Amino acid sequence: MNFFSWLQYDFMKYAFLAILIITPLFGLMGTMIVNRKMAFFSDALGHSALTGIAVGVVLGVNNTSISMVVFAIVFALLLNLISGKVSSSTDTVISVFSSCSIALGLAILSQGGNFSKYSSILVGDILSITPREIWYLFVILLAALAFWLFGFNKLLAVSLNRTLAGSLHISAVWLENLFAVLTALIVMVSIKWIGILIINALLILPAAAAKNISENMREYHFFSILFSVFSGVLGLVISYYTNVATGPTIVILASFIYFATYWWGSRYNV
Amino acid sequence: MRKIIMPCGLHCIKVNHLGVTLGGQEILKDINLHIHCGSLNVVIGRNGAGKSTLIRAILGDIAHTGNIEFKDRENGHIQKLKIGYVPQSMNVEKQTPVSVYDMIASYQSNVPVFLMRGKKVRREIEEHLEIFEAGHLIDKQVCNLSGGELQRVLLSMALMNSPNLLLLDEPVSGIDKNGMELFYRTIYNLKKNYDLAVILISHDLEYVKQYADKVVLLDRSVLRQGSAREVFKSAEFAQVFESRKEEA
Repeated sequence: MNFFSWLQYDFMKYAFLAILIITPLFGLMGTMIVNRKMAFFSDALGHSALTGIAVGVVLGVNNTSISMVVFAIVFALLLNLISGKVSSSTDTVISVFSSCSIALGLAILSQGGNFSKYSSILVGDILSITPREIWYLFVILLAALAFWLFGFNKLLAVSLNRTLAGSLHISAVWLENLFAVLTALIVMVSIKWIGILIINALLILPAAAAKNISENMREYHFFSILFSVFSGVLGLVISYYTNVATGPTIVILASFIYFATYWWGSRYNV
Repeated sequence: MRKIIMPCGLHCIKVNHLGVTLGGQEILKDINLHIHCGSLNVVIGRNGAGKSTLIRAILGDIAHTGNIEFKDRENGHIQKLKIGYVPQSMNVEKQTPVSVYDMIASYQSNVPVFLMRGKKVRREIEEHLEIFEAGHLIDKQVCNLSGGELQRVLLSMALMNSPNLLLLDEPVSGIDKNGMELFYRTIYNLKKNYDLAVILISHDLEYVKQYADKVVLLDRSVLRQGSAREVFKSAEFAQVFESRKEEA
């Protein structure tokens, strides 16, 4: 049996390409999300996808992907604004907004007993991706890379100490908003392939695993992207042979890596 | 090593009628300070007197009334004031993969720290760390530094922009007695050998007495300013610090 026999099908080729674009992207973005303790934020973003679709349905938009992306961007900016203003802790605020938004989405979409039509978005299906959609993902990957090259130092500086950054005239309000928008965009564009329930795991796990064993930013990014791509590709292959949904397989592998690095980190990297 | 510039004593920084109101509450009122280069100015006062707010207002981090001018007396014209700031602490928890190089480079350079290490940047950072004998810390994780080490790292970073004014916000917390002594001596050498003025928020009155050129007693407004001896003998000083003793 040829090891690459799974690549003979077009849908597997496309899925493979998509994984090769999505996983480095998630590994990259995840580092900042984990460092800024925004795991809850990206989780809430994922959940807002349902509301975005619901808003599209109510407004009679033909392509609900557009309403989903637009809603997520508005939602992300709103969360950013509110968590900066409200004095109670950020995770509570985000949780309130997230629950409110998901309930609203479920209420609207389940009206008339039609929810099963939308339930595929909960789990996602990477095998249904088309070449055109891969191009979209590729453009977003380039945008994210450009943003990282230009804005990463400033974002890191602000997250380490806002006042100190301000004293050196590093203002990051718009960079932080841009980061939130980019995260929203990436989550929304890939949510159809990964699924609402586990998309956040894919963002968080590789970076969290990398954090366990890294001592500086270069190691952190290298390992995060490596773990992400590795569990992505291996997860796709395993899911092909075992006939299990791809998203969950990838997340299970990433979790294993997390536990392994946690063990390694607490033993050798104190 | 950086060129050492002797202080000229000819230029000064003036804070005029500075006031801060946050959420309808007046936190600072009519602050007037006159600060000479090469002098160590220490702000003291009870908790909640507005010391940190004063620092943040001078930094421009919060909105304030009044103005801050920087005068070069020799030729009279006003230059842009460069401020170096040493914060109380950094936002790093255990296991944060940020090295000293990463931290300083993220503030001082555009070479993306996640991708590569700029040779020139690294050399420059190392040179400045060496001023405080901290060159060996460059590859250590920030979260693993001791209080004193972090302080020296932050001080070297603050000096990288050749500031005219150095602001230090309560930097002596979490440092033992030897460390404190070393810290005050370092600051003393700094203001002597570099052309800069220092404003320091401090709780340790013993060291203040020994090292400060000027003491500012603050409680929403300036209660008293002058030499350490003058301020420590004043009625206002007794009022602020005696009443604190009674509370305790």
